[in-house]
Amino acid sequence: MSAATIFGLCAAAAVGLGLYGLITNPQPLRKILAFNLLGSGVFLLFGVVARRGAAAGFGGDPVPQALVITGIVVAFSATALAVALLLRLFQASGSATLRTPASAGTDPADA
Amino acid sequence: MTVASALEIVLAALVLGVAVWTIAARETFAAVAGFVAYGLLLALVWVRLDAVDVALTEAAIGGGLVGVLLLGAAARLRTTEAPVAVERPGEFLRLVAALLSATVAAALAAAVLFLPDPAPTLAPAAAANAAATGLGNPVTNVLMAFRAMDTMLEKIVLLLALVGVWSLARDRFWGGHPGPRHQADPRGMLAFLARLLAPVGIVVGIYVFWTGKDHPGGAFQGGTILAAMWLLVMMAGLTDAPPVTQRWLRMVLIAGPAFFLLVGLGGLGLGAAFLAYPAAYAKPLILAIEVAMTLTIAVTLGLLMAGAPERSAER
Repeated sequence: MSAATIFGLCAAAAVGLGLYGLITNPQPLRKILAFNLLGSGVFLLFGVVARRGAAAGFGGDPVPQALVITGIVVAFSATALAVALLLRLFQASGSATLRTPASAGTDPADA
Repeated sequence: MTVASALEIVLAALVLGVAVWTIAARETFAAVAGFVAYGLLLALVWVRLDAVDVALTEAAIGGGLVGVLLLGAAARLRTTEAPVAVERPGEFLRLVAALLSATVAAALAAAVLFLPDPAPTLAPAAAANAAATGLGNPVTNVLMAFRAMDTMLEKIVLLLALVGVWSLARDRFWGGHPGPRHQADPRGMLAFLARLLAPVGIVVGIYVFWTGKDHPGGAFQGGTILAAMWLLVMMAGLTDAPPVTQRWLRMVLIAGPAFFLLVGLGGLGLGAAFLAYPAAYAKPLILAIEVAMTLTIAVTLGLLMAGAPERSAER
């Protein structure tokens, strides 16, 4: 079994673990964390495909590698936005639950 | 079994073990600490996959910035942890989720095992056209020339995310400083570290950007290191995040994508195509775009980490 296959199976397991955490953990911050785990598994699958495409003296296909770099940065910006939304929810409602919608749309601190 | 494959199996097992920990840990803090370790181990995996450019990005962003961002949020949300934890779904739902996740993982594993052989690859095409830009790093070639459109749009995504974060400010704080003001003992360890590390880190960041034209590195990785140094100095209380309405700040934020767009339109105007570089000036143009982009990435990532404005500008 080649190194690329071992890491490919590892990536598949990371996607499964991330999906499980995303569904079952009630805390939004843990959901964000699980989603990042899921995403890193997807990126790693790209990396495996890139490694298998090694040719022309390169250790891997540079096109999927470049796509992953772009993907990591975009995933980070989405994570930052999600965390900012969560902190704002906490400021506005005093809790971080996703279960019940906040009783009113207005922010008591702004009133 | 060779030594190399034993190393890879151990590394994969470590990565999976830490991944299980980040999902199963009871405390959010412990889970985030696990995720930082996961990011660093994953960087090693990327090195083993011969993708050093990606390894640098993963270590800096996946291990570093995301870890700091989530740790900060976990500290502020600590009081909400216990009340929300009781909302854990019932056993039946957890079982269904486990089945669904296992099915997805098994399908992906099967896809990995039955990947086509020989693998399709664009590496020969990238090698054949490398002379067009004069850059030695194939990944930089793809990012800045062959798939330049992706890279430009990604800069705009970063800006949109920052606009989204800023728009979460309360009305009375609009235009103020982002995030809480960090206080640290000016004679303490953190302030000492920030004074010692930041100058070195800035040089390393610029080097990583500059070497990226021929060796692993580049604008993303260098920009992320610069952003981390800025954050360190802010967290040590040595400087404050600037108010978000400052004109110089806005100019730096749009410098990268604006210059990229300008060069792209220039390529259109000179007859070739959007984002086509004139052959004689390809390398200097790409380097100039990367300089602007490194600055923009550093400031954008730093401000994304700082969060929405929470203090008015007067104070």
